[in-house]
Amino acid sequence: MSVASQDTAVKTGGIAKVFIYLILILFALFYLLPLYVMLTNSLKPLSEITGGNMMSLPRDWTIEAWLSAWSTAQVGVSPTGLQPYFVNSILMVVPAVAISTVLGALNGYILTKWRFRGDTLLFGLMLFACFIPFQIVLIPMARILGLLGIAGTTQGLVLVHVVYGIGFSTLYFRNYYASFPTELVRAAMIDGAGFFRIFWRIMLPVSGPIAVVTIIWQFTNIWNDFLFGASFAGLSAMPMTVALNNLVNSSTGVREYNVHFAGAIMAALPTLLVYIVAGRFFVRGLMAGSVKG
Amino acid sequence: MGFLDISHVSKAYGSVQVLHEVDISVEEGEFIVLVGPSGCGKSTLMNMIAGLEPITSGDISIRGQVMNGVHPSKRNIAMVFQSYALYPNMTVAQNMTFGLEMHGVPKAERDKLLADVAKLLQIDHLLARKPGHLSGGQRQRVAMGRALVRKPDVFLFDEPLSNLDAKLRVDMRTEIKKLHQKLGTTIVYVTHDQIEALTLSTRIAVMNKGYIQQLGTPKEIYDTPANLFVATFMGSPAMNILPATVKLRDGLAYAEISDVEGKPQLLQFSQANLASWDGKNVMLGIRPEAITDIDGADRKSKNIQRFSNLVTVTEPAGSDTFVTMTASGRDVVARMRADASVAARDRFEFAINMDKAVVFDPATEARIP
Amino acid sequence: MPVQNNRADIRTRLQDLIPKIVLAPSVAAILIFVYGFIVFTGYLSLTDSKMLPSFDFVGFDNYARLFDLPAWNTALINLVIFAALYIAICTVIGLALAILLDQKIRGEGLLRPIYLYPMALSFIVTGTAWKWFLDPGLGLENTMHLWGWTDFQFGWIKDRHMAIYTLVIAAVWQTSGFVMAMFLAGLRGIDNEILKAAQIDGASNFALYRRIVIPLLRPAFLSAFVILFHMAIKSYDLVIALTGGGPGRATELPATFMYSYTFTRNSMGIGAASAVIMLMTVAAIMIPYLYSELGRKEK
Repeated sequence: MSVASQDTAVKTGGIAKVFIYLILILFALFYLLPLYVMLTNSLKPLSEITGGNMMSLPRDWTIEAWLSAWSTAQVGVSPTGLQPYFVNSILMVVPAVAISTVLGALNGYILTKWRFRGDTLLFGLMLFACFIPFQIVLIPMARILGLLGIAGTTQGLVLVHVVYGIGFSTLYFRNYYASFPTELVRAAMIDGAGFFRIFWRIMLPVSGPIAVVTIIWQFTNIWNDFLFGASFAGLSAMPMTVALNNLVNSSTGVREYNVHFAGAIMAALPTLLVYIVAGRFFVRGLMAGSVKG
Repeated sequence: MGFLDISHVSKAYGSVQVLHEVDISVEEGEFIVLVGPSGCGKSTLMNMIAGLEPITSGDISIRGQVMNGVHPSKRNIAMVFQSYALYPNMTVAQNMTFGLEMHGVPKAERDKLLADVAKLLQIDHLLARKPGHLSGGQRQRVAMGRALVRKPDVFLFDEPLSNLDAKLRVDMRTEIKKLHQKLGTTIVYVTHDQIEALTLSTRIAVMNKGYIQQLGTPKEIYDTPANLFVATFMGSPAMNILPATVKLRDGLAYAEISDVEGKPQLLQFSQANLASWDGKNVMLGIRPEAITDIDGADRKSKNIQRFSNLVTVTEPAGSDTFVTMTASGRDVVARMRADASVAARDRFEFAINMDKAVVFDPATEARIP
Repeated sequence: MPVQNNRADIRTRLQDLIPKIVLAPSVAAILIFVYGFIVFTGYLSLTDSKMLPSFDFVGFDNYARLFDLPAWNTALINLVIFAALYIAICTVIGLALAILLDQKIRGEGLLRPIYLYPMALSFIVTGTAWKWFLDPGLGLENTMHLWGWTDFQFGWIKDRHMAIYTLVIAAVWQTSGFVMAMFLAGLRGIDNEILKAAQIDGASNFALYRRIVIPLLRPAFLSAFVILFHMAIKSYDLVIALTGGGPGRATELPATFMYSYTFTRNSMGIGAASAVIMLMTVAAIMIPYLYSELGRKEK
């Protein structure tokens, strides 16, 4: 995000400043509170939650809930914990992110440096595809996955995520490459480099930042997806978000809130980690996905 | 047939014709400059020579071989771009040898060619750097070096100096001219700067609105411009153009122009063939340096005419003083010695070198020979 | 006489073709999986499909029946309430935080990521957290009671009239930081000299923002509106995780309606019709927006 410049001409006085800090800190608490509650209560035994105050720190610190959420909790019909579904999510996310990013890079390269009649229309079609409510494709997609014999499999989910991820990855790379001087491509052509060589030797080496942005964006979206997972995954390929929802909303037995929280944090952990490690790129992706300038 | 032949080349984008039947034949070792205002089609023509844009009709051939549809890398050309187009991720050395690498030149030979060119351009010490760490002038040299190592048949320069500051631009101009004299390479050079065109070229093609207006040596272009466009585009300050009426007196032709008060005065033409224009209006073209004070007039001229008028403004510019007056309703600029004694609002006796004057037909805008 | 250029060598012609060949799979995928599917769903909405797609054409019957269904009308009203509040509150909070953060705040680097991190979470995680936090027996209400404020009541999530507002709370929590980031980027993009000129003209801080800065943020407002609007219509996960559409059907939105009618109530024709309505609503906003964005870039 373009927040490099902290320089503002607006000046505010002393008392106003105190109020400003007060408001800003209150909001910080508002945003942090649910995370705090989840984290502290995931480290309490169940008895301490049902009888106690959600705001207090655990008296008996325990990682029992985490272990249970990971490997023994009842998810749907089987007491497997979330572990297999975490693995499912990874098996789904990695190829889906890789394929959609590579395709997006190639598409962006073509749409900016090998322009042809009607390319803007094609891009417009891809762009609109980013914003459709996916309900409109659920019914035919279920049929196609069945016809292709990959209904309920991880491959099926990878296909779905790649198809609906291309629009955004193309958008990112296209906007990035648009500001990359076309003269460089022409110079490389005169030097004798062809389509792939130019991409590989000239474009890719300078694509680091946008590749990171795209990978983070796709990773976050696909990891956090619920609708496609719930619609197409079946039992064996169920991703983490769907498994978490099953864990939390299963109607049998005692509600183990501490286990729910541990599970929720587990589901959030990969994207949170990415956010903490590469927040700058995460924000840039959000902005690029909304303000196309 | 020349070394680089451009014959009947036209270019159209849809229904918009941007180049009309362009014909240029370039000899080996020539330095051709394509000059014109933006949108005149000069860059399009250059891109077509490079093979970066398809030709709508006509032929471009190099060494007698038609190049239409041949891939840019197979034309044995090299190009220096306005932005230099250096690959940001490669070092200077890698930038310069990338083309050789793509053409399968062995490493040892690449290194030798690189060393030769780096020495020639005095960029040996920059070879390990990346373009981001170079100054504008250094980038310019690297871009030329990249073109030179290829030993191409034709060098294409696309406004290579326009991104440099004024001082560096003059230096690099000299550098390019020296390089051309030393290597004797064939160069096609695009610019919108008429001074670059005049100083660098062996021949100039002045272009406007997709047509070649005039193709000739710098002297031809400057002294005998083919039409009003060339006359006013080439030269700085621009050639003075003023409406005049041709008057025949005792078999001699005179131009009747008026001073600032509207009083007509006669200037005798040096041209002998204006008899048929008696009583008609023409456009009289006089370069600023052909209007001086009487002492400063060119002594080799056979026809100095005097013209008395009020001085509007004087602008001392160090080596010269520019003097402005109003004649035939137009501002006219004279270029005088710095020590010419002339002051604003004085009536002054101007000396006009009519040997250097040119005459244009106001209807066709073409020069009357 | 124009000369035809059919002498292009093989390499050049291949170079012309390669980009199109490489682009083709993506274009084909988009055409089939997006536009082909839209047509297919559109067609289904005109048939009497139940559990399985059927191809018996019934015209606009499904649409007529759809708008007669109380559940659909509830979902639509809920969507209007949810979208309006969600967009309005996110915009107000986002703008306010952005303006406050823009006052040379120490610790901005710490506060910004805190405001924004919920955006990295899945709505399922958000729903899980807020479901519990809003539960009167366990969450906020219980805490207030334990802290001695025994009259405190906050049972919206169990109240069929108020539950829809809990969706707004959780959704605002998740997205408002993102809106803040959009406005902050807009603020930082404003030429400082304009602000200095206004101050020299004697504008107070309040006037400065109201008369100069906020009008200049128009593009950010537009972007925020478009993004929030399309997120509101697509909202599905949050409802499932937070309320499950309940209590009763009090928090159904079109997205959950479509899913349940199509896959659990075996009324595929009606489900398809509802999806078409959702698409058309999004398209009505997105197409002009994207068109102007693309057009502006192409000049």
